[in-house]
Parts: sequence; structure tokens; C-alpha cells
Amino acid sequence: MSDEKEKELEQSAEPKSEEAAPAEAAPAEATPAAAEATPKPAAESAPSAPAAPAVDPEREAKLKAAAEARAARAAAKAAAEAGGEAPAAAAPAGAGGEVDPEKAAKIAAAAEARAARAAAKAAAEGGEAAPAEPKPPSPKQPQLDEAAALIRASVAEDAIEEAYINELNDHMPTLVIRADRLVEACRLLKTRTGQDYTYLRNVSGVDYETHLEVVYHLVSLNSKNELAVKVKTNREQPGIPSVVPVWETANWNEREIYDLLGIDFPGHPDLRRIMMPDDWVGHPLRKDYVPLDPEV
Amino acid sequence: MGSWLDETLTWGNALLFFLWGVILLAIVLGFVTYAIFFERKVIGWMQFRIGPNRVGPWGLLQSVADIAKLLMKEDTIPRKADRALFILAPALAYVPAFAVLAVIPYTQKLYFADINVGLLYYVALSGISTIAIVLGGWSSNNKYALLGGMRSAAQMISYEVPLVISVVGVIMMSGSLNLRTIADQQGDWFWQWNFLPQIIGFVVFVIAAVSELNRTPFDLPEAESELVAGYHVEYSGFRFAFFMLTEYVYVYAIAALTTVLFLGGWHAPFPFLDWVPGIIWFLLKFSFIVFFLFWIRATLPRIRIDQLMGLGWKVLLPVAILNVFLTAVYLELFVK
Amino acid sequence: MIRTEELLLNVGPQHPSTHGVFRIIVKLDGEVITEATPVMGYLHRGTEKLAEDLNYTQIIPYTDRMDYVSAMTTNYVLCHGVEKMMGLEVPERAEFMRLIVMELQRIASHLVWWGTYLLDIGAMSPFLFAFRDREIIINLFNELCGARLTYNYMRVGGVKWDAPVGWIDKVREFIPYMESKLDEYHRLVSGNEIFLARIRGVGAYDAQTAIDYGLSGANLRSTGVDWDLRKAKPYSIYNRFEFDVPLGKNGDCYDRYLIRLEEIRQSLRILKQAVEQFPSSGDVMGKVPRVIRPPAGELYVGIESPRGEIGVHIVSKGKAEPYRLKFRRPSFVNLQILPKLLVGETMTNLITILGGIDIVVGEVDC
Repeated sequence: MSDEKEKELEQSAEPKSEEAAPAEAAPAEATPAAAEATPKPAAESAPSAPAAPAVDPEREAKLKAAAEARAARAAAKAAAEAGGEAPAAAAPAGAGGEVDPEKAAKIAAAAEARAARAAAKAAAEGGEAAPAEPKPPSPKQPQLDEAAALIRASVAEDAIEEAYINELNDHMPTLVIRADRLVEACRLLKTRTGQDYTYLRNVSGVDYETHLEVVYHLVSLNSKNELAVKVKTNREQPGIPSVVPVWETANWNEREIYDLLGIDFPGHPDLRRIMMPDDWVGHPLRKDYVPLDPEV
Repeated sequence: MGSWLDETLTWGNALLFFLWGVILLAIVLGFVTYAIFFERKVIGWMQFRIGPNRVGPWGLLQSVADIAKLLMKEDTIPRKADRALFILAPALAYVPAFAVLAVIPYTQKLYFADINVGLLYYVALSGISTIAIVLGGWSSNNKYALLGGMRSAAQMISYEVPLVISVVGVIMMSGSLNLRTIADQQGDWFWQWNFLPQIIGFVVFVIAAVSELNRTPFDLPEAESELVAGYHVEYSGFRFAFFMLTEYVYVYAIAALTTVLFLGGWHAPFPFLDWVPGIIWFLLKFSFIVFFLFWIRATLPRIRIDQLMGLGWKVLLPVAILNVFLTAVYLELFVK
Repeated sequence: MIRTEELLLNVGPQHPSTHGVFRIIVKLDGEVITEATPVMGYLHRGTEKLAEDLNYTQIIPYTDRMDYVSAMTTNYVLCHGVEKMMGLEVPERAEFMRLIVMELQRIASHLVWWGTYLLDIGAMSPFLFAFRDREIIINLFNELCGARLTYNYMRVGGVKWDAPVGWIDKVREFIPYMESKLDEYHRLVSGNEIFLARIRGVGAYDAQTAIDYGLSGANLRSTGVDWDLRKAKPYSIYNRFEFDVPLGKNGDCYDRYLIRLEEIRQSLRILKQAVEQFPSSGDVMGKVPRVIRPPAGELYVGIESPRGEIGVHIVSKGKAEPYRLKFRRPSFVNLQILPKLLVGETMTNLITILGGIDIVVGEVDC
């Protein structure tokens, strides 16, 4: 979204600046005062820009580099236009005369606005023109901390590998739990008052090429709190203890994951294929699955 | 017709009886054809649709087309089926259905046989069809067919009992098992017909009759949505047609029996309508009962097997016996 | 001593009452079931694997075919998930159109369920009455998006087609008609002795079992648990409308039957309000980039389809295709309770219980 808009802005900026430049008689001398005048109000408006959503670190870095380059260009342009047009606006009749003073003023205003926007975006993403605001704490953070603390205390200190808030998903608290501690942790999550995650909504298996993962989405019917629990396992001998003793509904979900991804669930009462025929070889949903008949 | 029965049996007479039998067979087959057609039409109208109307004028040749199709189908017999029994079962089911029609009197003069134990003859023969259904289910070598056959046997046997007992009241009031006498004895006004004095017996009889016919709401043996046609699932072509024929000939027989036993046979509802021939009244009452059977089929859901058994033994039988008792008391106190 | 053998019977995959290509292997002792094992996968089409090569708009027709009786809600859950991930805003008129078609779809789906359920039980006529009324809804959809069953109507950011002239009026006329028909159906069927004897007390379970098995929709609410995602986790513009959520008590087939019929009535109530508040102008498609690329991350969202909670779990790596797309299908999860409920029941009750769960095999197998 941001890429396209910025390209548009740039494209629309280019032809207009070509129009404005020859219209100005005054040389494009960047007066530092004028140049700084524009970024300052932009900087003040930066904190009000919405905090960027949690993004991938490499994308973040790329965006940062691009933003910096853009910011530099925009600042230079803004300075040129602002510096050139401020005296033009102040002395409309004196500058050229073939340019309509209103038109010049409008172009000036538009250029200032564009510069302000570009600078603000650069500030928000790069965080260099203004001090970066820390993200406000998520409203679900206490829920996450409570669950994590409970598990750390009652199950094992190292049961939780990671605990974070998934902002994309309405700030869903997510716990990454070690496979061997899973069943105990889930039992706690289901039965302890205050936790009460009695309803297992969904069990999904995901094949990240380096490892396999199973995600459990839980909800508490009374407090309507949601929680996601993830468990990682390796690709060669994938195995995650079954949570069927805790939530009966996991039964067929785990069978489906076994069938399509090949993750074994020791402790499952009846682990056999559910979608594919019983004598099928291979696990179709894996990323490296080669179908029997590639033409199909 | 009746007078012929009293004469000695000569070849001429025998030929005449045979021809009358063939004519009745033709009439019954015609009835079956058009009963199937009208069932589809009537049920269609009750469901806001039209029913068959393409084949022939107003769809009247639909059943003819269906029967022709059945005749032209391949005669398949499952490999592991018991061939002799498999072939025997449809015929064994059909023959009693036709044979019981002999005792039905249509008018004062028009009847085929004047047996003193006519009602007993009817009930006895209709039991043979139950054996045939079990045979058909068993010999098909198919679990669904077997289940259907067993269910059907259980159902038919359970409902024979209330069927017969509900008629005992009528027998007591008429003093005879002879169907002609029973029909004769019913009065000329419609409230004198047996269905009002014997209202309890009438209700029990109708319910038991629908069950005997294996029709909805008691059509478990052929429950389409559960057993996928039950006992005749392995039958195709003309053998299947025989089973269908059996069912509809029994519809004819039960409707005729109800008319004779409870609805006054060939009597007019009011004496001043006597000029209309008795056969017309018979046909009208008969048609009404057939329509009533179609109507119930379109309306009611199916009863479960255990509820069916419960209904037959725990509700209908005691009520029928109660009816007998009440009739006996009435006759003792008011008639003797 | 009479020795009896256990009969192994195969119900399906071709069977008039299994609502699709679905097989149950039943061990019978006479007429009583001792064990029932469902076998599925006959309709598995690999939607989730296919989705990994298609962009989100191309996946929408696949969602139609998963729950083909209720395609609008399946369309919606995918679009809603992607919109949430991208933080897109859907215009007002589009939200109204979405709500109206989803509620109409709920009514149509419940009508199909009602007709086929009664057909399984043995009553032939309500099936035709239900389809007559459903035909009106289907014709409305046909006018709207050109299809009767697989609509491909929703898009990420809005809906594809705007309501044609007079369409909203037709919806408005449909509401009192359907209300009167619903009363008629109650008079016709709901008090019938035979029907009640077949359904009451059959397939009962309690609330704890229902929650444990992850049941949703009418299956969960028949035990008294008040969990309807339209109220518990409101989505679209449901929080603007007043409606009740019918609850049962005993958790048997009769309660589920009454709840679903009552849900039709509540849907009509929502429709009435929606049609009155319908914005007279507006876009039906929001500002959506040409290439839909949700940011990297994952998301799970669930909505209330006529069968229960349908959810989508999207794992995205920032590309136009999802990295992993998993559908949480209500029929699949609800069906798990079948083997437990069938032990000790008769064959006839198998059909009654299976029908009462309301499954669509396209969704079970995905």
C-alpha cells in the first residue's frame, strides 16, 4: 500500500515541479531557515502518525533505507520549492508576471503539503527526523503475562519458549510452548480459574520449511478471551503429544494434521489417516510433497 | 352370479368362472396402474407441484410407460442368492393378494364367492404374503434386505392381531363371518353403517390396515431413506413389479374390505338415493378410502420400529379388546 | 443357547440420507448399534493445498464449493480474514449488502436442512415446501450475482456487485411472506405426534460434552450454552441490529430442530432492520490495492455460519498467495460427536441423529 502511494506521489510531484521551476525567476537556493521550517512542523506532526504495525525486520530495514532516500529527495525538493515559492508568494506580482499569482500560491501550498507528508512518513518509518514513540502496551498484555507466569510457575520454568502479542490478529496473546510440556500446560489453561480456556476452536498444522508447527486457538466462553498456543517440531521425526485427553475436539483435527502433514501425535487414541485413502504414501500438505502424478 | 355357484360344475360353468376371474384380474390390474398414477398426482398436488403430466394426455400413460420399462429390464439375480426362493418370493407374495379378492361382494348380485367364513379366509390368506416378504429379504443375500424382511415380518404379524380383533365387534353385531351378510345387514341410513356404532373398532382397523399395507407412516420395511428399499432392494425388472403389484392389490383389497365391513358396502347413504346403482356407491366409498391412504402418505412422517411395536401391542390390542367387551355388553343389555 | 452374531453394515457412501458422500461403518447387534466409525475423505479436493498457489481473490470460488449450501458465509470468512490482516475498511453499503446476503443465506440453509431432515424422517411433503421458499431466495441471489449456488460474490474490501434496482424491495417483500410460512410449518410439523416421538430425547448430550467436543452452532446452543459468534465476537455490522439467540435445554434433536427454526425467525428480524437502514447510495468496494498482499504474520478469525463456527487461519509471508490457509470447518468438528452418540441407538435413530447435526460433506472434507 505504501509503495504504490509513494510512487504516485513522486510521479505527481515530478511534472508539477517542472512546471513550477521555470515559472520562478528566483534561483533555487536552499535557505536553511526555509528548509528547516518545513521539516519542523512535519516533525511535530510525526508522533501523531499511527504506529506502524509489527512488520518483518528485513522488510522494516528495506523500508527504512527507501524512506531515508525519499526523505532526502523530498527535503531537497521541498526546500527548493518552499524557498523559491515563499518569496514568490510574498511578492506575487514581482515574480515573472506570466504566472498567475493564485496558481503559484496553490502550487506552493501543494508542494508544502507534499513535503510535509513525505517528511512525516520518513519520520514514522525511519524515525530519524523525530524521536520514535514507543508502541503503547497492548490491552491483552496482562492476559498474556498471567498465562505465561502461570505456566512458568506450575509446569516448568522453561516450558514457554516465547510469549508475544500478535497485533495483526486483534492482539491475540500467543505462547510458544515446548512440546514435552504441552499437555500439562494445556490442562492448566483449561481448568485454572482465571484461565478457563475450555473451548478449543481450531488446530492447524503449518509447514515452515525449516520446521513444522501446530497452532491451537483457544477461547474462554465466559470471559471471551482468546489465546493461541504454538508448538514447534522438527521435520525428520515430527512428534507432538496429543491434547485429546484435555480437549476431545482435537481428535479429528490431529488426525487431519497427521494425514496431511505427517506429524505424529503420541497419546492419540486412534491416529490414522482421515482424508486420504488408508494406503496413501506421503503427506500432501508438506511443501516438499511430490504428487504421484505430476500432471494432475 | 351367486346363482351360478349353486349349480353343478359343468365345463361351461367352469369356463364362465374362469373368464370372470380373468376379467377381475384385468380390472384389478387397471386399478393398480391408475392407482399408482393417481397417487403420484394427488401427492404432487398436496406438495404444490403437478405430478406426471407428460406421457400421454394429462400424463395418463405414465404408469403404462413405467410398467413397460420394468418389463424390458434385465432380470438380475445376485450371484450368491438362493435362486429358487428368490424367484418364488414375488409370486408367493402376489398370489394371496389376488386370491383374497374372491370374497368381496360388490353389490347384492355381484360377488364371486359366498363363503360362510369369508372374513377368516381373507385374514388367513393375507398372512401368506408375510412369509413371501421374509423369503424375498432372506434369499437376496443382502443385509439391508434381510433387515427389511425381518422388520416387515415383525410388523405384519404384530398388526394382524389388532386387525382381526377390531373386526370381532362387527362380526358380533352381524352374527356372521360371511361378508355378504355383513354388508347386507348394514342399514340404509349412513349412521346405521358399522363405522359409527363400532367407531373404536373402525379406528383400530384403519390404523392396523395401513400398517398391514406397509404404507407410510408404517413403511419401515421399505424405508427409502434408511434401508434403501428394504426387502426388495435386490429385485429389479418384473420381479420388482410383482412386489409393487402386491402392495397395490392389497390396497384394493383393504379398501374393499373396509367398505364392506364398515361403510355399508353397496348401500346408499340416504334411502331416497336408492335409484343410484349400488356399484356406484361401492366405488365412491372405495375411492374415498384409497384417497385417504394417499393423503396420509403425503402428510405423516414415519414411525420407528420400536415405537411401531409398542403401538401395536400396547395400544391397539387393548383398545380392540375393549371394543369387543363393550360390544358384548351392549348386545347383552340392549339387543337380547 | 442362541448364538447371535454382530452384523457389520455399511451406511454409504451412496445412501439417500447421509447428506453427501459419507460413509459410516456400523456394527449392529440386532437393531442396536454397538459401534459406529465414520469414514470420510470421499469429497476431499485439496482446497488448502491449492490455496497455496492462488491469490486471495482466486481462492474465493473455492470457498463457495466447500460449504455449498451456505456459500456466502464461507466467502465472507475468507474476505474478512484478509481485510483484518490488511486493516482495510469496508464501505457502509458493502457491509449492509454482506449482512443481508448472509442472513438470507442462513435462512436458505436452514430451509434445506429442515426439508431434508423431515424427508429422512419419512415425511415427504415439507421438503417441497422448503424448496419452494428457498427458490425465492435463490432467485434473489441469481439476480444479484448471477449464480444460484456458488456465488463468488464477496471480494476483499467489499462485494462484487451492487444490488440491482428493486432488489431491496424484493427482500422487503420476502420477509413477511417467510414469516407466515414459518408459522405454517410450525403448525404442520412441530406438533405432530409421530414426529415428536421420533425426535424428542434422541441424541442428547450435555453442555460439558458439547464444549469438550468443540461443537458450535445449534449443536452447542441446544445444551444451553450462549455462544453465538455474531454476539460474542461481533463482526461486520451485527452489533447494530437487535436479535435474540435461541437456546435449548436438553441438547436433543428436538431442541436443535426448534433452535434452527427460531434462527430463521431471528434472521428475518435482522433482515427487516437491515433493509430499513440500508444506505441509499455508496460504494460497494473499498479502496483496495490492485494486488492484495497481507503483511507477514498470521491470523485466525471465526464467524457464525448456519452450521456453526467457520474460521480461517491465514499464515502469510507478505506475498499475494497465502503461505498456509486452513479452514476450520464446522461440519468437520461437529461430526466428531457422532460415534459417541450412536452407541446404543437403533439404525433409525442413526439417521435422525446424523440429520440433526446438519453436515455438508463438502465442508467435512474440504
